[in-house]
Amino acid sequence: MDERQLAAFEFDRVTVKRAGRRVLDEVTASVSAAGITVISGPSGAGKTTLLRLCNRLEIPHEGTVRYRGQPLDELDPLVLRRRVGMVFQRPTPFPGTVGDNLAVAHPDAGAAKMSAALNRVALDPGLLTQEARTLSGGELQRMCLARTLVTQPETLLLDEPTSALDARPKQVFETTARELAASGITIIWVTHDSDQAGRVADRIYQLRDGHLTPAAGEARP
Amino acid sequence: MNDTVSWAGLAVSLLLVAAAAGISWWQRLGLQRQILIAAARALVQLLLVGVALTLVISPGRSIWWSWLWVAAMLGYAATVARRRAPEVPHLLTLALASFTAAAVVTLGVLFGLHVFPLTGRTLVPIAGMMVGNSMTATVLAGRRLTDELRDKRDEVEARLALGQPSRQAATPYVRASLRAALTPQIETTKATGLVFLPGAMTGLILAGAAPLQAVLVQAVVMFLVLAATATTTTVIALGLIRRLFTPDHRLIYLPAPADR
Repeated sequence: MDERQLAAFEFDRVTVKRAGRRVLDEVTASVSAAGITVISGPSGAGKTTLLRLCNRLEIPHEGTVRYRGQPLDELDPLVLRRRVGMVFQRPTPFPGTVGDNLAVAHPDAGAAKMSAALNRVALDPGLLTQEARTLSGGELQRMCLARTLVTQPETLLLDEPTSALDARPKQVFETTARELAASGITIIWVTHDSDQAGRVADRIYQLRDGHLTPAAGEARP
Repeated sequence: MNDTVSWAGLAVSLLLVAAAAGISWWQRLGLQRQILIAAARALVQLLLVGVALTLVISPGRSIWWSWLWVAAMLGYAATVARRRAPEVPHLLTLALASFTAAAVVTLGVLFGLHVFPLTGRTLVPIAGMMVGNSMTATVLAGRRLTDELRDKRDEVEARLALGQPSRQAATPYVRASLRAALTPQIETTKATGLVFLPGAMTGLILAGAAPLQAVLVQAVVMFLVLAATATTTTVIALGLIRRLFTPDHRLIYLPAPADR
């Protein structure tokens, strides 16, 4: 198959500067559309910035980011963001119930669709009427994932989504993500936890000193 | 009683300034100098305005001088708003737009529907009250919205990441800032007449107007201020949204107070 068809994102000499520093320095790489791609690297390496570029919450100072072959600046950002969902490092519940939160993503979703989204992330649909802010950290993060899934994205960007979770909710989140990847959703997962990278990744990239390079032999078997 | 204050009366009233300065001296507040400067400055400014107003609204003078005065007032008010909240981006142009919009709405109703006759004597003071009384709410709305979007950036970007357009993503924060800015004016309007007697009414009664006539004027002024405040704050908030988000629905960088 054509390599270009397989690529979800392509970075072509992408540079992002912040306060005079090159956070990303002419990054050139291609991220596969299949399975889970983990982007690993130390804190402050620019992993979050790279992910934000994919969702167009930021734009590069130089270079081009392409999604499935199309430069992002040629795509409608609102459409792109529904095709490419993002879950942030810290859970971001909106005021109201879990149902209200899911309705922000898709006001016409209806109870059946919302329940299905909660089921996909191993949350009880009975939580729909519960105040979102009363959920535990792990539940909140999975609710945020469900909220993103309501928009039926092709690709999920996960920005250290389990960094604040204990071992058990972390494991549940990882299992959920693997199941989503198996259902055909492309996942790009940023983490600095190399053990987690080994557990969930189909392939791993290292982001260090502004450069993105494949890390051979570390992905799960 | 003589309805006007004589120059001698003004001089006597300076005793009140002396009393304020005396209290500061007695309690060792160190504010005597500031009190005296403030009183002197207010007196000089008011006298200058009085002389200018006499020229602008004297009988036979073209109404265009009064309109010019109003335009200058709107421009000056915008610079004051900018100075009060320098952290709010583009506040000068936004405040100018908001005061102008409020002027169109309020003066349009009051003069277009003949609540007051359109003369320099009515136009200038009414425009002055409109601008002066909506200033605080205008600055508050701009400041609150900027703070909300900066402090809740994660939440705002989570909404954007779900594909919401910037205007929709900002709606909860616009509502919060408008509520915060409008509530004090609504509370003031509720308390009028019970807790305090407002300035316009007091001035009219002191000047010899019948109390009921003074009440009617004051009621119109209160409604004017309410409409002006609602208009200025809304224009500021909606205008700010256009400036704080890019056309491709990204929230611009908003420095924290410590970084400014």
